[in-house]
Amino acid sequence: MLEFFENLGKITLGSFAKVGRGVFFLLHTLGGTGSVLSRPNLLIKQLYSVGVLSFLIISISGLFVGMVLGLQGFYILSDFGAAESLGVMVAASLVRELGPVVSAILFAGRAGSALTAEIGLMKATEQLSGMEMMAVDPIMRIITPRFLAGFICTPLLAALFSSIGVIGGHMVGVGMLGVDDGAFWSQMQATIDFQKDIVNGVIKSVVFGFVVSWISLFEGYDCIPTSEGVSRATTRTVVNSAFSILGLDFILTALMFGDT
Amino acid sequence: MVKTNSVENAIVIVSNLSFSRGSRKIFDDISLNIQRGKITAIMGPSGTGKTTLLKLIGGQLAPDYGQIFVDNQNVHTLKTADLYALRKRMGMLFQSGALLTDMNVYDNVAFPLREHTRLSESMIRTLVLMKLNAVGLRGARDLMPNELSGGMARRVALARAIALDPLMIMYDEPFTGQDPISMGALVHLIKALNSTLGLTSIIVSHDVQETAEIADYIYVLSEGKIVGEGTPKELEKSDSEWVQQFMNGNPDGPVHFHYPAKDYLDDLLASQ
Repeated sequence: MLEFFENLGKITLGSFAKVGRGVFFLLHTLGGTGSVLSRPNLLIKQLYSVGVLSFLIISISGLFVGMVLGLQGFYILSDFGAAESLGVMVAASLVRELGPVVSAILFAGRAGSALTAEIGLMKATEQLSGMEMMAVDPIMRIITPRFLAGFICTPLLAALFSSIGVIGGHMVGVGMLGVDDGAFWSQMQATIDFQKDIVNGVIKSVVFGFVVSWISLFEGYDCIPTSEGVSRATTRTVVNSAFSILGLDFILTALMFGDT
Repeated sequence: MVKTNSVENAIVIVSNLSFSRGSRKIFDDISLNIQRGKITAIMGPSGTGKTTLLKLIGGQLAPDYGQIFVDNQNVHTLKTADLYALRKRMGMLFQSGALLTDMNVYDNVAFPLREHTRLSESMIRTLVLMKLNAVGLRGARDLMPNELSGGMARRVALARAIALDPLMIMYDEPFTGQDPISMGALVHLIKALNSTLGLTSIIVSHDVQETAEIADYIYVLSEGKIVGEGTPKELEKSDSEWVQQFMNGNPDGPVHFHYPAKDYLDDLLASQ
């Protein structure tokens, strides 16, 4: 029994210590923003590897999610004789929820895990220590550009996901199931609100991008520098990112749409 | 009474250093001096904290007690900016080489120059080629780190460590896992760089022959204490059992062959 409480105490203290290290890590990372912006090449390289290389998975996933929404939406809406509202349903689902959430989860799986493994291996092979001894701050030189790239890319990838999703919904709804083309677009234009839907969706994806980039880079930086340590850290990145995205999505949705 | 080197000519002074990891004491009140312009070796069995000592000197770890001065500056009271300024004058050669794997050999050696100087690319090119030529790898400039052998990676790391013309270089196990030719090349390089560039070298190693060949002064560490010190010749004649066991590679002595365990016979019979 005593052992149980001892272990519980250890785990609790360990978790608090980790949160503390994470916050210091974040502050240190943000402190490097100025120096990274003065050397845009560092950022551009990361924007390519974190953002551009995620383009394909986000596009294909967006297309299929949009197509499935078109299919399911049509079956439900046509029961109520409201199949023309398919455009609204597809667009609202994507812009409000699925775009930010699914693209952030995919981003965590594709780019976040890669960041954790990269940083973890740099730690294991003493590259980060080597930089410190060359009087180069590894957080500012290595972490900050990756953090900023993740933060900038996520909203753009979410926008891409939603746009391609709408095209997917249109392909199925209008192209295959015969929904009226004019009604699809005009109802969407009339109903989707810039502030309520698009801005809120962008805010969500900015928050998710911030959190996923933070978790991915911190897990890599804080990992035990062995093969097993890096492997565990990579798993933690994907699991913790997914939980954080879904939890934060609920909170943000409640705050944004709670009063309507 | 333990002998000490002269403090006047020392570039690194470690005084009354204690350091622990968890409940394990790595260093217990040790003091040593590294002489300017000399090659000083820190030797001892695996796990005696030799690499930890280098990290303490480089300010990557902080001691529990005691002080470390490098070039008359107390490493652990320096502000971050001053510590980084001091590190620019210290080169460190990691056991793995610690080359940046996303850059080729040329860019790895150019890295500290690009980070810390405003030199033109043509000037950087000249410097990088000079440093690579010094380690015999000018022709390997376009290779990536994964295309290098262990010995080559260490030589590239050495070229990188001398890129900013430091005051001193710390070598972490430079000879471990090297074939005789690479080992010979590294021994020769360390000696040659020390004399031609007027460096101070600290070599952490357990390769007795190679290190004794080039070291001017040797400290032998064991179980958190300095158990012997002196020039290689003095250590050969040392009457300390520790030093004799280490220098001659005897399997048993003050450092026991067996990890502490209960009585052998009792242990065998206990399973019945």
